[in-house]
Amino acid sequence: MEITDMSNPNIYIPYQMRIEKITPEAPGVKTFRLKFIDEQDAAAFTFKAGQFGEYSIFGVGESTFCIASSPTRKGYIECTFRQVGKVTSALASAEEGDIVGFRGPYGNTFPIDEWKGKNLLFIAGGIALPPMRCVIWNCLDLRENFKDITIIYGARSVDDLVYKQELEEWKNRPDVKLVTTVDPGGETPDWKGEIGFVPYVVEKVAPSAENTIAIVCGPPVMIKFTFPVLEKLEFAPGNIYTTLENRMKCGFGKCGRCNVGELYVCKDGPVFSYEQLKLLPEEY
Amino acid sequence: MVVMRTENYSIKKPSIEKLFDNLAERGKTIYAPKNNGERVLFQKIKNFGEMAGDYLVTANSAKEVVFPRYEKVFSYKKTEDGILIDDPADIPFPEVVLWGSRPCDAAAFIPLTNIFEQDYTDNLYSNRRKNLLVLSFSCDTCDEFCFCTSVNGGPGNTAGSDILFTKLSTGDFLAEIITEKGKKVVEENPSLFEASPTEEKEGNLAKVETRFNQDEIQAKLHELFEDPLWAEKSRACLGCGSCVFVCPVCSCFDIQDEAHGSHGTRLRCWDSCGFSLFTLHASGHNPRPDQGARWRQRILHKFRYMPDKSKVAGCVGCGRCSRSCPAGINILDTVTAL
Repeated sequence: MEITDMSNPNIYIPYQMRIEKITPEAPGVKTFRLKFIDEQDAAAFTFKAGQFGEYSIFGVGESTFCIASSPTRKGYIECTFRQVGKVTSALASAEEGDIVGFRGPYGNTFPIDEWKGKNLLFIAGGIALPPMRCVIWNCLDLRENFKDITIIYGARSVDDLVYKQELEEWKNRPDVKLVTTVDPGGETPDWKGEIGFVPYVVEKVAPSAENTIAIVCGPPVMIKFTFPVLEKLEFAPGNIYTTLENRMKCGFGKCGRCNVGELYVCKDGPVFSYEQLKLLPEEY
Repeated sequence: MVVMRTENYSIKKPSIEKLFDNLAERGKTIYAPKNNGERVLFQKIKNFGEMAGDYLVTANSAKEVVFPRYEKVFSYKKTEDGILIDDPADIPFPEVVLWGSRPCDAAAFIPLTNIFEQDYTDNLYSNRRKNLLVLSFSCDTCDEFCFCTSVNGGPGNTAGSDILFTKLSTGDFLAEIITEKGKKVVEENPSLFEASPTEEKEGNLAKVETRFNQDEIQAKLHELFEDPLWAEKSRACLGCGSCVFVCPVCSCFDIQDEAHGSHGTRLRCWDSCGFSLFTLHASGHNPRPDQGARWRQRILHKFRYMPDKSKVAGCVGCGRCSRSCPAGINILDTVTAL
């Protein structure tokens, strides 16, 4: 049965999207490019950098990931996920042409408009580059709005770095400074990047905090150790942003599990400034 | 919900039974307290005689009437032409009567509606709630677990009910008509409702001791996130979720799929903040790693986050959680120790 009364939609019903392209990124990590099956859905859909959705395989369940593509790239969305649980395993075995469900976009966005004229420092770890990739491409597609752009990206090993092709592209762009790093022991003989944990590399290569916005995405432990480094480098907490990834089910503030203190990651976040986080308990 | 100025009527005991029969004859689904041999539960009944004669509160709460234990949010069918989705909200929801709810049961619909209608409206809930007629009966007894008066409620509180009946010393009932829906019941059954009684209801209500002040607790909870009390008060907790399942306000849920070959359903199922898997990340990291953190979340959600956001606490003082806890944890022990 078609949903006819769009003024009164059932908030649990997902869009149907076709997997147009699957890109293997790293062991267990894939990127899906998804297109709306319904042309009206495609025309009406908009989102902003930082937002996320619930991706599903019908009959298996839903899983939460950010939208990893930039809103400046129209006509599709992309998501990148690691195969970990039941739903991500079912997604991982899906093929190009298959249909998946998507609910979203949910959550707030990175205040990119407020960053005009500033330097941007992107810091990402592991599988947390995808939420940042959306912002990076959004800013690169509006390159003239920003001053220096620095990207620091680290993973456990060379193999675990995602978006290898795009890393190459950013490395070759004269208007981007890219620093990649791998954890000690994760390097290969021909590795030319840094070796060391992300916070350590940030301290070593970060640009001046003067007129710079830092955007940090990573596992909780990386975030925890990177914030103090940025503070030491004199970044004001209000100029540091992150996106939190607590476990979610609904995405719209009802299922009750993603809150950090009084704020729901799904509705009040996922984007938070460090200034905001300082006032919240460490429930993430 | 349209709330009007309360109109009072008197209704005789036999007329109450007649009212039930009239509603049943009109084909309405009626949920009422029924003794299943061990416990009194809200269950579907057809005849007045099936109802439990004597009960303080039911073991389960009335939330299941509007927020079922598990509910199909949609079903799907995989075909050669794609996936066909069937929206249950397209089918009209039945008119349901909740009969014999206590004032605490009725009051719980207010915070429950706040959750399901804040920012995004959950139509499955809303449609059920809109089609629900709440006919409550005041309490003339209470037990040591009751604390409605501490959370802005009371044994004769009208909030959330369409009609509140209170048994008077004469054996007749005072019928307070609280909403337009309640008024319609009077209009449809004019011969059953008589002129307002002269007796006040207050003398006929249970005396429920006030155990704490909700506003003070709400203020205190802004300071107590890190406190040894959470671990201490939850030490006996088994994480079984029984408190959550019987709670009339707890509405945290999970979303799960059930597949049968090429078709299946997506379900919204009750969940509990007390379960260890509730907040567990795929990576193995858990932001609420122990039972103390989970118990803190339950108390903070009810007594601070919800009233901060929508002025109404997430607890109505029915005491079900404490009565049902297999480990003997009483929520009052935590709240009064803050």
